[in-house]
Amino acid sequence: MDVIVCVRKVPDTAEADVMVEKSGKDIEKSRLTFTINEWDNYAVEEAIQMKEKYGGTVTVVTVGQKDVEDVLRRSLAMGADKAIRVDMEDPDDAYTLANILCAVIKNQKYDLVLFGAQSGDFNRGVTGAMVARMLGIPHATMVNGIEVLDGSIKASRELEGGLNEIYEIKLPALLTIQTGINEPRYVSISGIRKARQKPLEVLTPSDVGVGSIEPMIVLDKMYMPPPGKLAEFIAGSPEEAAAKLASILKGKGVL
Amino acid sequence: MAVFVFIEHREGKLMDISFESLSAAQKLNDTVVAVVAGENVSDLAEKVAKYADKVIVAEDPKIDTNNEAYTRVLNELIKKEKPKVVIMGHSSMGMDIAPALSVDLGLPIATDVVKINPEGGKIKVTRSIYNGKVLADYNLKNADTYIITIRAGEFSADDLKEKNGKIEIVDSLLKDEVADKKFVGYVQPVVGAVDITQADILVSVGRGIKDKENIPLAEELAKTMGGVLSCSRPIVDYGWLPKERQVGTSGKTVKPKLYLALGISGAFQHVAGMKGANMIVAVNKDPKAPIFSVAQYGIVDDILKVIPALTQKVKEIKG
Ligand SMILES: Cc1cc2nc3c(=O)[nH]c(=O)nc-3n(C[C@H](O)[C@H](O)[C@H](O)COP(=O)(O)OP(=O)(O)OC[C@H]3O[C@@H](n4cnc5c(N)ncnc54)[C@H](O)[C@@H]3O)c2cc1C
Ligand SMILES: Nc1ncnc2c1ncn2[C@@H]1O[C@H](COP(=O)(O)O)[C@@H](O)[C@H]1O
Repeated sequence: MDVIVCVRKVPDTAEADVMVEKSGKDIEKSRLTFTINEWDNYAVEEAIQMKEKYGGTVTVVTVGQKDVEDVLRRSLAMGADKAIRVDMEDPDDAYTLANILCAVIKNQKYDLVLFGAQSGDFNRGVTGAMVARMLGIPHATMVNGIEVLDGSIKASRELEGGLNEIYEIKLPALLTIQTGINEPRYVSISGIRKARQKPLEVLTPSDVGVGSIEPMIVLDKMYMPPPGKLAEFIAGSPEEAAAKLASILKGKGVL
Repeated sequence: MAVFVFIEHREGKLMDISFESLSAAQKLNDTVVAVVAGENVSDLAEKVAKYADKVIVAEDPKIDTNNEAYTRVLNELIKKEKPKVVIMGHSSMGMDIAPALSVDLGLPIATDVVKINPEGGKIKVTRSIYNGKVLADYNLKNADTYIITIRAGEFSADDLKEKNGKIEIVDSLLKDEVADKKFVGYVQPVVGAVDITQADILVSVGRGIKDKENIPLAEELAKTMGGVLSCSRPIVDYGWLPKERQVGTSGKTVKPKLYLALGISGAFQHVAGMKGANMIVAVNKDPKAPIFSVAQYGIVDDILKVIPALTQKVKEIKG
């Protein structure tokens, strides 16, 4: 099995104080930390487990400037064989991104292409299925289980409420991976250092050979959500706040 | 001009997102055309007709709940009827179908939309990004038809107006069975030992619990309060708690008397599963965590300090 995995570097915003830049076109990124998109980490792990089981290769691909290269190095350290970076700013528009990724992938040898189910920063959930369509291969999104058969795979798709559905899909195919499908391995600093010997190819947009693409969707502006109804905050030290909360709960008859 | 609404149904039942999609469509003040495709769907079509100006029924056993088949049927209908907007859920099914349709027909798409703002012939959408901390407005490229998938819970089905539209049946639009992607079947969720939907008090932990070793702290608080331990999705993904404990769109929907959210940010997929609780209390070190806009009471602090303190206080109160 030759597997291609598309990965993205994203800012960690779950715990951060996020501010919109004055331009309204981006957030202030200088104080944020960045990691591999959570869904992509599961996708890389899945590809490597397939290689370990069935042989073949794993190639990771990203579109972005030099500073995103560490997600490729990290994936190489996990066990990918080869990395490709298309050297350009990550396009805002998923359709543009999909065209570029399609152009890169179609020149590679592959049985399976893996994407994350969504980007944690923009949660679009659209790029993978678009690329499948452009490549002309079948796809399944939100996959939480894969069984490899002869010339095809069985993919379990996650539906709402804990229900799953199974599809049998002919190879080559494209899947978008949902979190929890496996247990991504730990990556050590020394592992990343060792992976420096593995090939990392940098392509320019003209190497890739996509001309200008009219975006389907263009950012107008970003802004902070208007202040809405908020919880009544209980102040004090942890002990004081806990005591107040316990008495509120008692007062309401919950305890 | 018409607005298409793709009606999602599963195992003979209409999904909630179908009504939310109808509600989103009604707000655009155009003719609402619901599309119901599948086998034996006429009774579903009747239920939907109540809220649409017209229902197109594409009865076809060949569809066999296959997302690729639905995509092809929608493709034919969009080419024929040229709706201005096609609305469906940003659901598991919508994610499989909508981007494929967009590429097949060359139509602009916006996914996971929380607000649709038509401006003349153009469409602007609002999306919620960066963990719900930022809103962003986007313009869609000029086109005859726009594809939009909506976020669950943002377009309330309570606002639906009755329309009692007519039902139109179209002949089978699916020429061939789908050869390269076959629907095999459903796998029902495993029934575990604990049913969190029956608990009056849920003590729920999220990624803020940091380590598997801290789970017993929350377990003790739950026990002391006479409640049950539940969690957000990452805790299940990490294998720290079993799937049956997960609250949210891909887990369980719960309506306890008290929901205590500990180190949970409040992603919409989580909130959708617990917003029906009588009382929601959140503890989170980030004062801007979205969970505080659904909670009645909040404590901004480290859960690893608050949990033991609360366990202690509850023990004292209960004597
Ligand atoms: C298709 C799909 C379906 C999904 N279904 C579900 C679902 O059913 N249920 C679900 O929960 N999620 C679901 N998710 C995932 C969801 O989008 C979020 O990623 C998830 O809910 C985040 O979980 P969390 O709040 O525990 O973690 P995070 O978002 O990482 O938040 C952790 C929070 O803990 C706080 N924190 C950290 N340390 C501390 C501390 N020491 N003290 C206090 N607070 C602290 C942080 O400030 C932060 O707010 C789904 C996603 C997708 C794409
Ligand atoms: N800049 C990028 N380079 C390579 N792949 C990407 C990039 N951005 C997104 N992806 C892929 O697309 C998936 C997310 O799709 P979406 O939510 O539509 O952005 C990610 O999980 C990646 O697999």
